[in-house]
Amino acid sequence: MVKTPIYLDYQATTPLDKRVLSSMMPYLTEHFGNPHSSTHSFGWRAAAALDIAREQIAGVVGAAPEEIYFTSGATEANNMVIKGAMEFWGSKRPKLVTVATEHKCVLESARYCLRAGYELEILPVMPNGLVDLNQLESAVDERTALVSVMAVNNEIGVIQPLESIGKIVKAAGALFHSDGAQAFGKVPLNVDAAGLDFISISGHKIYGPKGIGALYKRAGRAQALVPFFSGGGQEEGVRAGTQAPALVAGLGAAAEIAGAEMTAESKRTQTLMGSFKNKLFAGLPGLILNGDNDQRWHGNLNVSFPGIDGDLLLASIRDLAVSSGAACASAVSGPSYVLEAIGCRQANAKSALRIGVGRFTTEDELDFAAERLIAAVTSLGGIKP
Amino acid sequence: MKNAIYMDYNATSPIRPAVIEAVATVMAEVGNPSSVHAAGRKARGFVEEARAKVAALAGARSRDVMFCSGGTEAANTVILGSGAKSLIVSAIEHPCVLAASAVADVPVFTLPVTESGTVSLNALRELLEKAPAPALVSVMYANNEMGAVQPVADICAIAKEYGALVHSDAVQAAGKIPLDMTGLGLDYLTLSAHKIGGPQGVGAIVLSPTAPLKPLMVGGGQELGRRSGTENVAGVAGFGVAAIEALNHLTDSAGLSALRDKMENSLRQHANDIVIIGEKAERLANTSCIAISGVKGETQVMHFDLAGICISSGSACSSGKVKASHVLNAMGLDSELANSSIRVSLGVDTTPAHIEAFVSSWKKLYDRTKGR
Repeated sequence: MVKTPIYLDYQATTPLDKRVLSSMMPYLTEHFGNPHSSTHSFGWRAAAALDIAREQIAGVVGAAPEEIYFTSGATEANNMVIKGAMEFWGSKRPKLVTVATEHKCVLESARYCLRAGYELEILPVMPNGLVDLNQLESAVDERTALVSVMAVNNEIGVIQPLESIGKIVKAAGALFHSDGAQAFGKVPLNVDAAGLDFISISGHKIYGPKGIGALYKRAGRAQALVPFFSGGGQEEGVRAGTQAPALVAGLGAAAEIAGAEMTAESKRTQTLMGSFKNKLFAGLPGLILNGDNDQRWHGNLNVSFPGIDGDLLLASIRDLAVSSGAACASAVSGPSYVLEAIGCRQANAKSALRIGVGRFTTEDELDFAAERLIAAVTSLGGIKP
Repeated sequence: MKNAIYMDYNATSPIRPAVIEAVATVMAEVGNPSSVHAAGRKARGFVEEARAKVAALAGARSRDVMFCSGGTEAANTVILGSGAKSLIVSAIEHPCVLAASAVADVPVFTLPVTESGTVSLNALRELLEKAPAPALVSVMYANNEMGAVQPVADICAIAKEYGALVHSDAVQAAGKIPLDMTGLGLDYLTLSAHKIGGPQGVGAIVLSPTAPLKPLMVGGGQELGRRSGTENVAGVAGFGVAAIEALNHLTDSAGLSALRDKMENSLRQHANDIVIIGEKAERLANTSCIAISGVKGETQVMHFDLAGICISSGSACSSGKVKASHVLNAMGLDSELANSSIRVSLGVDTTPAHIEAFVSSWKKLYDRTKGR
């Protein structure tokens, strides 16, 4: 018998890997110094943690260590890039291009820029959740400062074709940002191959701690950002505030592990999810997959149960920790804007579930979850296409 | 490093054992506080429990505490988000307040301090007369470099006459002197966990129920829409424990003050030409800023480092930069003397033996440099 509740919400957050925790503990205990104290060894030890982590993170995306800046999370990194780049380019390149299915913090930052007087074009996506490259090409022009397209979607798991997008962005001379919170350490991401100028990274989505993230910022004058926090001049003036060595060491360790184990983990995830998906689709005819079937991170499954009330379904599977969409929208009722953007009918969007699996998910747990879901849907009257 | 004597508590403080335990316990739990399932609700519980504890430290209501990544983010958010038409900022604020003010798109007025290191209340009135209303007055509760406690109650009373908002950066004061946000009538109080024995990477803004705040970080709408981003649940839980411990240990400051005074007296008995900066003001019990005329602060710091004693020549974020302290400049110290100062800051683990070691090492340095 498996232990319940079963955690199947790996896109909301992931459990901390024990190896990550042990890399953090020294900095919570004896090496507690302020990394910006340059006058004594407590400070130097703490500062060394930052340098090590920069290398660990840079290695995963083919960047240079000095191109990594620490932030409090991906939300901060996204706010920092979008507002900072638009403000830096000002009226020279006043246009921002992004996509309807981006994370809320990207869209909210974009709307902030719109209110501040910049031009904003939010591109629709195709029914499979992917960006239409032709539409992107006509939107991005010589007036565009920044194009922001997430690598892996948090709700439906689709992987955007960053390399093709990067070529279009570069051809227009614009900067390319990707919110990599769901992708970093899970799918291959290379800053040069994709022509990326910025990537936002989150610790707690890769079995690292919450409260820490990073920004990859390509070295160069064009990539300058108007600082988001001002103060003591830490992080080369890009991001003020005392850095937290324990959190940074945790992010570094999490990145290194994710990078080293990416291929094996991705394969394992695909196998696990593949058999879960087969069981579910066999047991529930009429089930709808949201998002592309192939271009996806297999740790994510977003499905709609036509004819089933999503809230009732969630209430009847209390022993499965799954969600109806993005965690930050959990308390908000109403259909997901991501599902709306892929043309999901409102009723189907309301019956959707996001199931996220990851490093610590077992086959037994997924077998139990499939049975549990099929039984719950059946007892609610079954799918009515 | 085990044997090193740490006397740089104003830069950061060692994490209290109970805090480490809380952080490690919460880290082992999975759950995004915004998720509605049991794991998410448990994480939410940790955050809300900590909120009540930090509120107790600040003397405010739980719901008026907004967590963020630290003192710098907190101060930036207040300075850029209060909606005030002008800023009146003391000359001795932390760089995060000064730098945020410099990028604000409203007029900024500098509030001078007297020689003793406290802000001039007359100057405050004059500035309030001419600054576009409503103004935001930002004066730290206590200074990080020389410890002077600012007349926050008077500042609030005067500011209210002019309908101004008041922010106080209490990063250094928290846990050292009682904070009474509500009693004082402050609109914003900003805090950092790692200065009170909590983890680095966590801070808070405490708001009055009526204080306006435009978010700096937008997105998922966490923290009542005031600050987006998944909460640092373990860090926040650690902050909560540190806040309660700090509250319970407020009375320790009498002991610290005795140690600090003993230290300063010993130095003065040895050398009557030293200057203790800010000593005429009411100071934080743990802070001492000592100048030896003619001996560069960096030289002094290096001497102590070799002796295994960790101190600083100013604030941590500016250490490494060879530049006179803006705080000491604002107090009217000549730059030669300002450049010849060190900051010694004591804390929970400081012992009389540490003080003796420091004093004896200091005497050696003094005698050597003065050719005795």
